[in-house]
Amino acid sequence: MVTFTLNGTSVTAEADGDTPLLYMLANDFRQFGPKYGCGAAECGSCMVLIGDSALPSCVITLSSVENEDVTTLAGLTEEGGMPGRLQRAFLAEQAAQCGYCLSGIIISAEALLRENPNPTETEVREGLDRNLCRCGAHNSMVRAVLRAAGEV
Amino acid sequence: MILTFLSRRTLLKAAGALTLTFAIPLDAQGAELNGSLAQFPRLSAWLRIEADGTVMLMIGKVELGQGIVTAVRQICADELDVDLNRVTVISGDTAVTPDEGVTAGSMSMPQCGRAVRQAAAEARWILVNIAAERLAAPVEALSVRDGVVRGPESEIAYQDLVTGSELQQEATGTRPYKQREAYRYIGRSVEPLHLRAKVMGQPVFVQDLRADGLLHGRVVRPPTYDAALIAVDAAPVRAMPGILQIVRDGSFLGLIAEREEQAIAAAEALSVLAEWSTTANSLPHQADVFDWLRAQTFKTTTAFERTRSDDARVVQTLRATYRRPYQMHASIGPSAAVALMTESGNLTVDTHSQSVFWTAESIAKMLRMDPARVRLRHVHGAGCYGHNLADDAAADAALLARAVIGRTVRLQYSRADEHRWEPYGSAMIVETEADLDRDGNVLDWRIDVHSTPHNTRPMREAGYLLPARYLSDPFPIPEPRNIPAPGFGSERNAIVLYEFPGHRVRNHFTTAMPLRVSALRGLGAYANVFATESFVDEVAHAVGADPVAYRLRLMSDERARDVIRTCAEAFGWEEFQRRPGHGRGIGFARYKNLECYTCVAIEVAVNDRGDIRVIRVVAANDSGEIVHPGSIEQQIEGGIVQSLSWSLREEVAFDSEKILTAGWSDYPILRFSEIPPVEVVQINRPGQPFLGTGEGSQGPTVAALANAVFDATRRRLRQLPFTPERVRGG
Repeated sequence: MVTFTLNGTSVTAEADGDTPLLYMLANDFRQFGPKYGCGAAECGSCMVLIGDSALPSCVITLSSVENEDVTTLAGLTEEGGMPGRLQRAFLAEQAAQCGYCLSGIIISAEALLRENPNPTETEVREGLDRNLCRCGAHNSMVRAVLRAAGEV
Repeated sequence: MILTFLSRRTLLKAAGALTLTFAIPLDAQGAELNGSLAQFPRLSAWLRIEADGTVMLMIGKVELGQGIVTAVRQICADELDVDLNRVTVISGDTAVTPDEGVTAGSMSMPQCGRAVRQAAAEARWILVNIAAERLAAPVEALSVRDGVVRGPESEIAYQDLVTGSELQQEATGTRPYKQREAYRYIGRSVEPLHLRAKVMGQPVFVQDLRADGLLHGRVVRPPTYDAALIAVDAAPVRAMPGILQIVRDGSFLGLIAEREEQAIAAAEALSVLAEWSTTANSLPHQADVFDWLRAQTFKTTTAFERTRSDDARVVQTLRATYRRPYQMHASIGPSAAVALMTESGNLTVDTHSQSVFWTAESIAKMLRMDPARVRLRHVHGAGCYGHNLADDAAADAALLARAVIGRTVRLQYSRADEHRWEPYGSAMIVETEADLDRDGNVLDWRIDVHSTPHNTRPMREAGYLLPARYLSDPFPIPEPRNIPAPGFGSERNAIVLYEFPGHRVRNHFTTAMPLRVSALRGLGAYANVFATESFVDEVAHAVGADPVAYRLRLMSDERARDVIRTCAEAFGWEEFQRRPGHGRGIGFARYKNLECYTCVAIEVAVNDRGDIRVIRVVAANDSGEIVHPGSIEQQIEGGIVQSLSWSLREEVAFDSEKILTAGWSDYPILRFSEIPPVEVVQINRPGQPFLGTGEGSQGPTVAALANAVFDATRRRLRQLPFTPERVRGG
């Protein structure tokens, strides 16, 4: 039994401690943001926030998030279920094509903005280098992150 | 930026366009049914007015991330005169929607967009005419606003005009379209239909589907294409926690578990326990793959031939050979499917297949089922960029579902499965020759394309499905066929639009498929435009001509000329200052010589180590009448970025037995900090047919890149990818 905070709510998971967090989130907690992309922490599709850090949930075990603060894409919404600043920005810029990489990238960007609220474009690109996008929507996503940063 | 062309000579910025009155003729009212409407002329196959006033639009083309569902929704809302938010779309459901074949080949706007436009216009005409009777007013006195028909004294909503059968008539091909000035949605980048749900973390993808009682399946693939399963002692795996079933049928091996991590662990264990037959060397050596290809037995066809009638003397012949390796789709989300076989013998599969109708029939044959009992429903997947493993996942899920009747099974491939088993883009060799006269004019232009197949989609036969080949009673792989004119397959875009007195294009097609191959975005176009647009640059260089000016001298197609000039101007071609290690290049093609016109210009810097840095990319594109400018920009820019990645980095690795490329570290693609700024200038041509855009920019991009590298280094790259070693000349 592992207890952690998921999007602000305390939850308890019953499964083997070495179960990758991704499968708990997707299957047990019906979190549809983090997605399986590679299982090897090479693509970023499964990223979630643990505290303020963006980490690949495919290689993080359930037991390692005991008492941690886990945030998924759905947890970035604001009061009343309204889109958060990055979600608003990605919508405004229509920054996605297939959208499969979107959750990992928004989580990655959220971590970046929490650490560096006013990044340069280069810092945004380097900050997203752990995330793959195959459709080529990169530049629109960079614009979205800069837009969200500028909102403050 | 969008430039609106209302005539051949007038060039206007979009903002000012509406102030001009210009008599663009209405699309020809020749009783012709457009696109897929010709195969499915009954309007009720496409549209339904619901009792609550919503409009159900049913289409066969599916959303791949390219924006087609959003675009046709806009078209429907405008032509039918309803608010956009009234229109719901069902796409790619074999029980509900018209069979529009496969969503591929950049044919969705031509086939579906034009069909929806006409169907909606026809439906509106019917509804307004019924209203005229009901309101006792002439049609000319009526107007429609958001599904309400207004007369001089009264009004009536669409849903109150229909009892159910009014749209069960065939399109006539004679009804007027909406005047362009009245469009509310066409031409605007409305919010893409599913974007909000994706951004908010709601379930949209087939990979997101979950339900109580859902089971998890995995398939254990052989170590090589040819291996056969000799034996597997599955007892230890059956005893693992949560394992419900081991499924074995010949060399097909899979399992079903309660929980996903249990399925994954069991698949790993089963893979170790399985004994496979050893195979003889069945793959060519990667280092010699082009020698292997050149030595194959080919069927040769002539795609185009013009014989020159003059007797001008050939003074010089230029030749070049271009090579493209096997490359992969490499979808971000490995393929998946969710399947249920009911006790009454009906199979439903939720799938991201591009070809739900074809695949449903293929699966029915594989399972020896009545096709009427197999329903496939399209659900979003990750970008597929052609025929990847989506259909095989549907087939695998069906085989597993058959083993647990009444239970829904979710089948997910691993990254290694996806990389190693997907059908690749074929290796190709393109030979080019040009005979020149003493003034440097091209007298004869000859192109010879050599390739393995570009299409093994599940075209209604079981043997196209991956698992079907491994069953105890296997289905043979059907003999692959090239796609014929006008779109072609391996020789797609091998016929350039430049005008030469003598011009011959031949295709040399081999059915050999040591590596599994099928349609990868653009099919032969990527390699053929690489070759022909590099070669036209080589000829220009040999005769001392500027690459842009040389192309324009040879090109009389006005829309092609507009796109080339627009691109060069936006890039600043004339003003460009060359410096050592810096260069610029340009590439042009009209996709399939039928769809969008795209020109790409690139600036690069190349260092002594041979690293190519793409500094910026500028593209100009003409897709006819623009429906959703944002989507067109995304497809052009997305194609540019993908093509840069293919061209700079990508090549599938294999040894003489098996595919080696199994993950992202084996097959790096461009990352955020490697993506250059991209500017797309769009040319809007109101009144012109919608042109397919999804595959327009990849060929021009690789050619522009090669030409830019030559400009910067005087080194001509003719083999992909452009590794630093090749750039250095190693």
